[in-house]
Amino acid sequence: MTAQHPAIGEGRSALDRKRRAKGAVFAVLCGAATAVGVLSLAVLLVDVVADGIGSLDADFMTSFASRFPERAGIKAALAGSVWILFLTASIAFPLSVAAAIYLEEYAGEGWISRAIQTNIANLAGVPSIVYGILGLAFFVRTLGFDRSVISGALTLSLLVMPVIIIASQEAIRAVPSTIREAAYGLGATRWQVVSRQILPMAMPGIMTGTILALSRAVGETAPLIMVGAVGFIAFTPDGLRDPFTVLPLQIYNWVSRPQDEFRALAAAGIIVLLALLLSMNAVAIVLRNRYRTRI
Amino acid sequence: MNERSSSGSSWLAALVLLMGCGGAEGGDSAMLSGSVQIDGSSTVFPIAEAVAEEFQAANRSVRVTVGVSGSGGGFERFCNGEIDITNASRPIRDSEIEECAAAGIQFTEVPVAWDGLSIIVNPQNDFLTCVTTDELRRIWAPDMRVSTWRDVRAGWPDEEIRLYGPGTDSGTFDYFTETIVGESGASRPDFQASEDDNILVQGVAGDRFALGYFGYAYYAENAGRLKLVEVDGGTGCVAPSDETIENGTYAPLARPLFFYVKHAALQRPEVRAYVEFMLREAPTLVPATGYHALSAAEYEEDLALIARVAGGGA
Repeated sequence: MTAQHPAIGEGRSALDRKRRAKGAVFAVLCGAATAVGVLSLAVLLVDVVADGIGSLDADFMTSFASRFPERAGIKAALAGSVWILFLTASIAFPLSVAAAIYLEEYAGEGWISRAIQTNIANLAGVPSIVYGILGLAFFVRTLGFDRSVISGALTLSLLVMPVIIIASQEAIRAVPSTIREAAYGLGATRWQVVSRQILPMAMPGIMTGTILALSRAVGETAPLIMVGAVGFIAFTPDGLRDPFTVLPLQIYNWVSRPQDEFRALAAAGIIVLLALLLSMNAVAIVLRNRYRTRI
Repeated sequence: MNERSSSGSSWLAALVLLMGCGGAEGGDSAMLSGSVQIDGSSTVFPIAEAVAEEFQAANRSVRVTVGVSGSGGGFERFCNGEIDITNASRPIRDSEIEECAAAGIQFTEVPVAWDGLSIIVNPQNDFLTCVTTDELRRIWAPDMRVSTWRDVRAGWPDEEIRLYGPGTDSGTFDYFTETIVGESGASRPDFQASEDDNILVQGVAGDRFALGYFGYAYYAENAGRLKLVEVDGGTGCVAPSDETIENGTYAPLARPLFFYVKHAALQRPEVRAYVEFMLREAPTLVPATGYHALSAAEYEEDLALIARVAGGGA
C-alpha cells in the first residue's frame, strides 16, 4: 500500500490534499453503508433469538403443528424444506451449469444466443408467483404430478435456474482465455478443456451463485402455495409424490395467529430456517474449498 | 379423478373392515386409511387445523392435509376435483357453482361455526361506543364523502378518520362490503389493508382516530389495547359476544363459516369419518379457536344432512 503512495515530503500541494480528503470521505461512506446492513442484521438476529430461543427445544424439533402453542413443533415444515432444498439443488444445479457451459463455450455469437441470453436475464427478474402459476398449470395439472414435493421442487428449480445460469456464465467468462488457448494449443479437446480447466477454475464462482439462488428458494412461500404446500400436515414426505409444507409457510401461519404464544414459535421457526441456511452455506463452502485445493 | 388406484383398493379394504366391525359409529375405527385433502379459507383454517390435529391423533394411518388457498382458491381446486373438502368464509358464488356443475362435482354446504366481525377503535376514542350500520356504510362507501369523524355524526371531532381493514382478497372483505356497503367488493380504496389481522390490530392500537374491522378472535386476544364498538343494525346497540353471536342478535355482522364436501368423497370411509368427527367435536373444538359454535341442534342437523347425502354405508 505505502509503496504505491510514496511520501513526497512536506510540500504537498493543495490539490493533493483535496484528492486525499475525497478518498477518505468515500471510505467512510462505504464503511457506513456496510454498517447499515450489518447493524440491521444484528438487530434482527438479536430480536429473533430473544423471542424464539425459549421455545426452541427437542420437542419443538420433533413435534408436528398443533393448535396448542406449547405442543406445536416444526418437524413437518423442516422435513419439507430439506426435501425441497435437496431436490431443487439436484435439479437446478446440473441443468444450470450445463446451460451456462453451452452458452459460453459452445454456442455461437448469433442472434439466437443473444435472444436466449436476454430472456434468461429477464426471467431472473420475474416475480416468484408467476413461476407458481406456471408450476400449477404445467407440473401439477398437465403432467399430473399433483400437489407434491416434486411439483414444488421443479417450480423452484425454474425460479432459481436463471440466477445460477447467469452467475455460472460470469464465472466461466472470468477464466483467462490464455488458459483455454494454452490447453487447445497442447491438443486438448473441447471436452477436456471444459472439464479439466474451465469448470474447476469457475467452480468457486458457480458455487457462490448457487448458494445465493438456493437461499432465495428456501425462503419462498408464494409459488409453493400455488403448487400446493399445505398449512397443516402431521406427517413427513416419504416420496416425491407426497404432500408437504415448508418453513416460511409455517412461520407465516404462526405469525398471523391472534395468540401471542404463536409469535414466539414463529421466532423459533426463523432460527431453524437460519440454521438450515447457514448449514447449507457451510456445505457449499467446504465443497468450494475442496475444488480450490485440487486446482 | 384425483384418487390413485392404490387408495381405491385401500378404501375397499377399509370398508370391508368397517362393516366387519359393525362400524355404526362411522368413525374412530383404527382401521381407516387413505387420505383426506382439505383446502380453502384462511379464516376457517384454525378450526380445520384443530379438527385435523385431533382426527390425525385418533387415526394415525389416514393422511390429512389442510391447505390455505383462501375461499376463492379453495373453490377453484374443489371444482377442479383436486380436493375432498374446501373451507369458506362466504357462501359459494353462482359462477363457482357453474364450474362445479361443469366438472360434474356434486357437493353439500355445511355450516360449521359463527364468526363475529368486530368494529374496533382506539381505547382513547371516548366518543364512539355504538355505531349504526348506516353510519358504517357511509364511512366505507366507495364515494368517499366521509373524511373526518364529524362527517359521520355531528358533534364528533373534526379529525381525519383513518381506516383499517382486511385485504381485498379475503372473504372477510367480501362479506363486510356485501353486508354493510351493499355490494360485494365495493369499498373506498383509501384504507390501510392487510391480509394479516395482527397488522390491523397494531394499526388501530396505535392510532387515536382509527377505525377498523376484523374477526372477533383478534379483538379477544388484544382486548387490553383495543376498544370494541357496539353495532346498531336497526334494533338497538349490540356488542359481539358468545351470546349475541350465537343467538343471532349481533346482526348483520355475525357470519356463518362453512365447509363444502364432495359427495363422491363422502363415499370414502375416511372422509365420511372425518366429517362426522368434525361435527361431533365442533362444540368443544370451535370455541377453543376463538370462533363461536353452532347450537347442538344445528350440528345434529348437519350430521343428518351428511347421512342423507352419503347414503347408507356406515
